[in-house]
Amino acid sequence: MTEVLAGTKKGLFVLEGEPGAPFAVTARAFAGEPVEYAVRDHRSGRVLAAVSNPFYGPKIWITDDPAGEWEQAEGVALPAGGETALERIWVIVPGETDGVLYAGGDPGVLFESRDGGASWELNRGLWEHPTRQKWQPGGGGLCLHSISTWPGEPDRLAVAVSAAGVWLTDDGGDTWRRGNEGLVPRYLPEDTPEDEIGLCIHRLHRAATRPERMFLQFHGGVYRSDDAGASWTDIAAGLPSDFGFPLALDPADPDSAYVIPLTADTDRVTPDGQVRVYETRDAGASWKPRGNGLPPEHAYLTVLREAFDRTGEGAALELYFGATSGAVFGSPDAGASWSTVASNLPPVYSVAAT
Amino acid sequence: MAVVRLRGPLKALAGGRPEHAVDGGTVGELLRELEREQPALTGWIVDERGVLRRHINVFVNGERGAQDTPIGDADRVEVLPAISGGQR
Repeated sequence: MTEVLAGTKKGLFVLEGEPGAPFAVTARAFAGEPVEYAVRDHRSGRVLAAVSNPFYGPKIWITDDPAGEWEQAEGVALPAGGETALERIWVIVPGETDGVLYAGGDPGVLFESRDGGASWELNRGLWEHPTRQKWQPGGGGLCLHSISTWPGEPDRLAVAVSAAGVWLTDDGGDTWRRGNEGLVPRYLPEDTPEDEIGLCIHRLHRAATRPERMFLQFHGGVYRSDDAGASWTDIAAGLPSDFGFPLALDPADPDSAYVIPLTADTDRVTPDGQVRVYETRDAGASWKPRGNGLPPEHAYLTVLREAFDRTGEGAALELYFGATSGAVFGSPDAGASWSTVASNLPPVYSVAAT
Repeated sequence: MAVVRLRGPLKALAGGRPEHAVDGGTVGELLRELEREQPALTGWIVDERGVLRRHINVFVNGERGAQDTPIGDADRVEVLPAISGGQR
């Protein structure tokens, strides 16, 4: 049995089913409220949800049972009395140390919890970074949307911000350095200085078995790093478009990556009316379309950055993604075949599978 | 003391009571005092800057108020979600 948590514009939907078959909606929480992201912490079994209530502000909620009672987490706010308020929590990621989780949000902020998500503390190193005054928001705000831990090394993290680039720490977040060499922002002048901050990363992931390798989807470009995010090489050749948002990796294969191209930044729908996931198994040297079972024509879907996830690995890799159309698609066999897992949901903001 | 009236989730967070007698010279002071007395409300009406959230409306004796609206002892203050905050 696989569980897919779908954060939507109108609440959290818990989908359960067997891989390759339609899933059932087994619970809905936060009816009517935008749920930006939800994840089940595989260590504790608890579910954490980031909810952006338009009236009462962004919160993180926790539960043992998504159909039951939820508790509000503490500390999900910027320093009191300042000039800035927290706008949104974009993503929640379990850390490497037991009980540690990270949450990324707008305006480009990182929170850390050491008690399983019950309470959170702002990462001051990133919040007070001397370059912060130069950070500019992308279309979705100044969102810290990707957090990549380093297996077995809890002090090493990479985070990505739209549009403030990749940031790396080796000391648990006390200090941060940029990891942007090689990224080419086509939306800026060609003579833009190399230390330009305004780099619009759309999604970032680390290869589990070769942690110095990372992949990212850029605002125009798909990139790979083999030096822990210090520098990047464009690997988008062979894709129908190098624009898109989500990204997924097979943890068993450090040469693997999956992307879902959209036509362009000016036309953020699946190219040519065809919904296709693209897979590489050679670290981006080549890409293959994986669309068997996905809408083959007249399908103009938008898939957001947090709306693509995996569970399992290798031959048992399952992939799931949701669209703003309200459809969720799944593959039980690493992308070889696809089917509709759920349809007619509200616009899907995020997908997390376990 | 003025009386603050709450509904829905705000009422639930404030111990389930719809009415709270609170001291304060302005709407802002009143809401800060309400947060001190009902800590579960922290961050729900006023954000971390101390600013009334964008889609929360405050009415003083039936008339729309703002953060700096003066408050007297016998005033009635209603805190309501604004229709502008609804999602399509």
